[in-house]
Amino acid sequence: MKRFALIALFALALGSFVWAQGTLSINAAGATFPFPIYSKWFDVYHKAHSNIAINYQSIGSGGGIKQVTEGTVDFGASDGPMNDDQIKAFTQKHGFGILHFPTVLGAAVPAYNIPGVTATLNFTPAALAGIYLGKITKWNDPAIANENKGVNLPANDIIVVHRADGSGTTYCWTDYLSKVSEEWKSKVGTGTSVNWPVGLGGKGNEGVMGVIKGQPNAVGYVELIYAIQTNTPYGNVQNSSGVFVKASLAGVSAAAAGAAKNMPDDFRVSITNAPGKDVYPISTFTWLLIPEKISDPAKRAAITGFLKWMITDGQQYCEALAYAKLPKEVAAKELKAISKVQ
Amino acid sequence: MTPSAGPIASSRSFLSRLRHGDEIAHLITFLFAASVVLVTVLLVFVLWQQSLLPRHKFGFDFFFTRVWDPVSEEFGALPFIYGTIVTTAVALLISVPLGLGAAIFLAELAPQKISDTLQFFIDLLAAVPSVIYGLLGIFVVVPVMRTVIEPALKNALGFLPFFQGPAYGIGFLTAGIVLAIMIVPYIISVSREILLAVPREQREAALALGATRWESTWKVVVPFARTGIMGSIFLAMARALGETMAVAMVIGNTPAISASLFSPGYSIAAVIANEFTEATGDLYLQALVELGLVLFLLTFLLNGIARLLIVATTQKGSKTAQV
Repeated sequence: MKRFALIALFALALGSFVWAQGTLSINAAGATFPFPIYSKWFDVYHKAHSNIAINYQSIGSGGGIKQVTEGTVDFGASDGPMNDDQIKAFTQKHGFGILHFPTVLGAAVPAYNIPGVTATLNFTPAALAGIYLGKITKWNDPAIANENKGVNLPANDIIVVHRADGSGTTYCWTDYLSKVSEEWKSKVGTGTSVNWPVGLGGKGNEGVMGVIKGQPNAVGYVELIYAIQTNTPYGNVQNSSGVFVKASLAGVSAAAAGAAKNMPDDFRVSITNAPGKDVYPISTFTWLLIPEKISDPAKRAAITGFLKWMITDGQQYCEALAYAKLPKEVAAKELKAISKVQ
Repeated sequence: MTPSAGPIASSRSFLSRLRHGDEIAHLITFLFAASVVLVTVLLVFVLWQQSLLPRHKFGFDFFFTRVWDPVSEEFGALPFIYGTIVTTAVALLISVPLGLGAAIFLAELAPQKISDTLQFFIDLLAAVPSVIYGLLGIFVVVPVMRTVIEPALKNALGFLPFFQGPAYGIGFLTAGIVLAIMIVPYIISVSREILLAVPREQREAALALGATRWESTWKVVVPFARTGIMGSIFLAMARALGETMAVAMVIGNTPAISASLFSPGYSIAAVIANEFTEATGDLYLQALVELGLVLFLLTFLLNGIARLLIVATTQKGSKTAQV
């Protein structure tokens, strides 16, 4: 009996080893924000192509950039595009460049908790910048009150909340503030982690929401998807055309379409404060980072095949998970760019 | 054969000792002990190596700079060192009297059954993961602090700089309280064991000299167990210094230095946990590693002071014992 069990175990191990050899295993790592949709995609793709298994670890955008540069993963993912220094580091290490492919869109929305206020507030860019710079300290400040006539804003101190951990949402928010406020740009700047002039830090979207809900008179930014799924009230933001837009999947896609006309070939574009009437101004792409040369032909075929599928059929899964789809113009441009992967 | 200094210096031959396992046992246990030291040395070495860039760029200024700016790549450890020390100090101030009192009750004054039952619950508390304490902090402690305790402290003691400023509910004081809840089980468990190990003769001698139950406990048993109790306190302190998740959830995550305990702050472990995954750029990443090195040095320093304290008081204690 013991010998039989031993043989069976050995056969099983051998069999699974042989079976595993048949599966092409691709490793990826990076951003946490798009993890739900990436999980869905990799799972659906694997069901359609059972010999290809893409394994994605959501270790954070910084980790994604680092690991794809090190070569420990086949491709990476990041909520913020790689900057020139990072691309140079990759090119120096590998001898070829790295391509960015936008996958889905997200947005950051201002959520608040003001006792006695149930209306949806309108925020101008100047108001948001002033609040986050610590210049606007009370809720009934004219910068806020003027756009919200009819709402009884109390004379309470504003409690500002931001992300404590590095995050693509922070990147999107600070990128927007840098565009609409010179003072923010010079004093603080854009990044996944910044030196906040004021405010309490919450860990993750849940942490920020927790702080907002627990502190009366608080305001903070959270992911649009998160706000929708948790039924959190959030305000309207005034876009560059002067219209107050409430964030929605349509508004976010409009932001991308607005930027599509001037989309650079490497897709490294910021779509915050994009032109257009329906545009929600605090939107962002999230990117896959694909090396320009993939030496293994099987892996190359699998990755380019996945990209093609993701841009076309994959987009149908976005809205169910509350991600905004790529606009048609951007998708078309991306399909052409896949041929750059050698 | 005459016995000599020990199994090593035995007059049997090396081969004979090897065959009988003495040398092997000696070697293996030595390797185990050495491996612990090796891991510590390796840890410091790796931390030192991986923090090269910020050490060269900032030097000793790293300890005294207040700015933590990943965008302009200026990093300073002072707010985090301050936050770590303040939250640990608050935690110890609360948990030491509480823990020691509970340990004395369990060891000396309580009936055996109650002592064992309570010890069971205390062991359970010690095993709870720190994230749970963080959730307890967010959902229970923070609202209570914001609505009841901090306003009360402000009314009663608002003239002190420690209790001024807006009451958010999250901040140094709340983090200190959550840490105190976490480290109290350690103090109780270890102190109770130490107190139980005090020889009966000490208590009996005190009682025979006419001391009351409490006098014998407080004036004889506890001083006798002083070294062990201090050991338990420093064990708890080490845990509080390095505690990550629970602190990150309730401290406010703002690198601020403020005398007020109501103010939000930051600790070394919390900032590393929050920012490590998304840290882009070598200087940023290595600055976080250097913070880890700073925490290690801080723990080392405080433990060193602890050891010195134990040595000093033991000598004092032994002097009085000889009287």
